[in-house]
Amino acid sequence: MNILKLNDVSMVYGSVRALQNVSFAVRPGEWVAIMGASGSGKTTMMNIVGCMNKATHGSVVLDGENLSRLNAGDLTAIRRDKIGLIFQQFYLISYLTAVENVMIAQYYHSVVDEKEAMQALERVGLAPRAKHLPHQLSGGEQQRLCIARALINYPRLILADEPTGNLDKANQNTVMDIFHQLHREGSTIIVVTHSPEVAAHAQRVLSLEFGRLVKDAPTQRLCA
Amino acid sequence: MLVALLAVVIGATVFLGMGAVYYDIPRQMGREFRSYGANLVLVSSGGNSVLSLDDAKRAIALLPADKLVGASPFRFETMYYNRQGVTVVGADFTAVKKTSPYWQIQGEWPQKDDEILIGTDIAEHTRLYAGSFVTLDIVPPKGRKISKELRISGVVRTGGAEDGFVIMPMSGLEGIMGVPGTANVVEISIAASGEELSRFIEVLQAESQGITPRLVKRIAASETTVLSRLQVLVYLVTGIVLFLTMICVGTTMMTVVMERRGEIGLKKAIGAGNKVIIAEFMGESTILAFAGWLLGIISGYFFAQIVSMSVFSRGVEMPFVLVLLALVASFVVTLLASLIPVSMSTDVEPALVLRGE
Ligand SMILES: Nc1ncnc2c1ncn2[C@@H]1O[C@H](COP(=O)(O)OP(=O)(O)OP(=O)(O)O)[C@@H](O)[C@H]1O
Ligand SMILES: [Mg+2]
Repeated sequence: MNILKLNDVSMVYGSVRALQNVSFAVRPGEWVAIMGASGSGKTTMMNIVGCMNKATHGSVVLDGENLSRLNAGDLTAIRRDKIGLIFQQFYLISYLTAVENVMIAQYYHSVVDEKEAMQALERVGLAPRAKHLPHQLSGGEQQRLCIARALINYPRLILADEPTGNLDKANQNTVMDIFHQLHREGSTIIVVTHSPEVAAHAQRVLSLEFGRLVKDAPTQRLCA
Repeated sequence: MLVALLAVVIGATVFLGMGAVYYDIPRQMGREFRSYGANLVLVSSGGNSVLSLDDAKRAIALLPADKLVGASPFRFETMYYNRQGVTVVGADFTAVKKTSPYWQIQGEWPQKDDEILIGTDIAEHTRLYAGSFVTLDIVPPKGRKISKELRISGVVRTGGAEDGFVIMPMSGLEGIMGVPGTANVVEISIAASGEELSRFIEVLQAESQGITPRLVKRIAASETTVLSRLQVLVYLVTGIVLFLTMICVGTTMMTVVMERRGEIGLKKAIGAGNKVIIAEFMGESTILAFAGWLLGIISGYFFAQIVSMSVFSRGVEMPFVLVLLALVASFVVTLLASLIPVSMSTDVEPALVLRGE
């Protein structure tokens, strides 16, 4: 049983074919990296898998739900219940404190629970900065905060688009450590990255070229 | 958001201020016009120019007491000052204060029978002033010339014929001229206009003897038209200001939505549906409307006082209904103004957050 299955998915923006006939499947607990040159369609794919855009062609089945059959409201619900999103730009709400930025995801999901939000911050090592505003945090801390927010509702699938794109080496390693921990706990992770180093942490790498899936291969582990 | 709040406050202020004045206009204007003098006069119905005060009293008794502002008899006689003819008016000053509150007195109202007011034109001409004494000559049709020394207690200015008259207490004039209980005219100020006033005149005409009622046309007729024109003006000004408030709130909200596109996209990306986003904005609009209303009550009260003071020279009350209406108005205006911006917020796509827009 796959948690995610794309079958012959295409995405056309006017005359731009951002994705062409992409098919692949992801098993629960798998850690997949997506690589490709700029403009090759990685973000487009994340937007489709993340229920933010609908593919113009093909079917996407996420955790048993066929996304192409759902309306905007249903997609919002899936986004809320099944997906944890992490972005390259660490989108945080500037006037909310760290812990509140986590709690807002709880709020949209169900009920706020400050204790649980604090535990999520603890997991990413941010508990001491809970009352700080985003601009008082470093880039690495902001990205860890985004991860805490993405994890708070126990998503089935974690999607990260260039999560380390704006981070230095040390912070990249911290983030990778958190991902490893999540992976060990059984989370399914899809990471888009330019960096072979980051991709190497995954179990499997998908390569996109001009919107086509050109390679789907397991990684040789660089580190244990 | 501060701009929008300010707009709502201003809107509520103008609404309340204009509204309070509007509520008060009929009342205020009624009084105001009454203070321009009589709207009804009684004259003799016989061939002679003199009417009996008893007849006048019986006629006045026919008018509803609660509408009667005042009734003041005037008797005109001619006397001489340095051989110059001057009109001397006998008046009941207590009644004059009611029917003609616009009389401006420099000095004091006459207290005794030998005290007089002189019109400001006379004062200027003769260089007499309050406190000085003046000798007037009376030449009766038969008999000898009499001289009477009188004290000027004050100088009166009305902008009307009175400025050229000498005015003294009715009893004083009766003491000099004899024939008590008569007058040439009785001026009546009654809080009525239009048809109601015409009806009173008909009643007086039909049921009283010895007197003829006359409408003082100019004021009575203009009263109603000025009133309705002022009310239209208030409607217009209030409407325009509310409309401007709406535009201001609308554009501010639109800027807010544009500025928060990223935040809205993010909220949607982490699972907020359109309903939640709309509810958040409507919540802000509600707070805006409520805060604007609260602040507007305070500034609207002062605005109403200022307007009323400068226009009518007296304060106004703020009716409770109006305060409630203002609440409704600020809600309607803010919520209407938020419709377009809020629908814009639902168009924001969550996908923009991954694109890094
Ligand atoms: N909303 C859109 N409208 C039109 N064209 C789009 C839209 N979004 C993406 N594209 C186009 O689709 C193609 C794939 O874009 P995408 O953002 O998926 O690339 P990417 O692989 O994420 O690139 P990068 O590494 O630079 O982030 C590009 O040619 C892009 O211009
Ligand atoms: Mg991208």
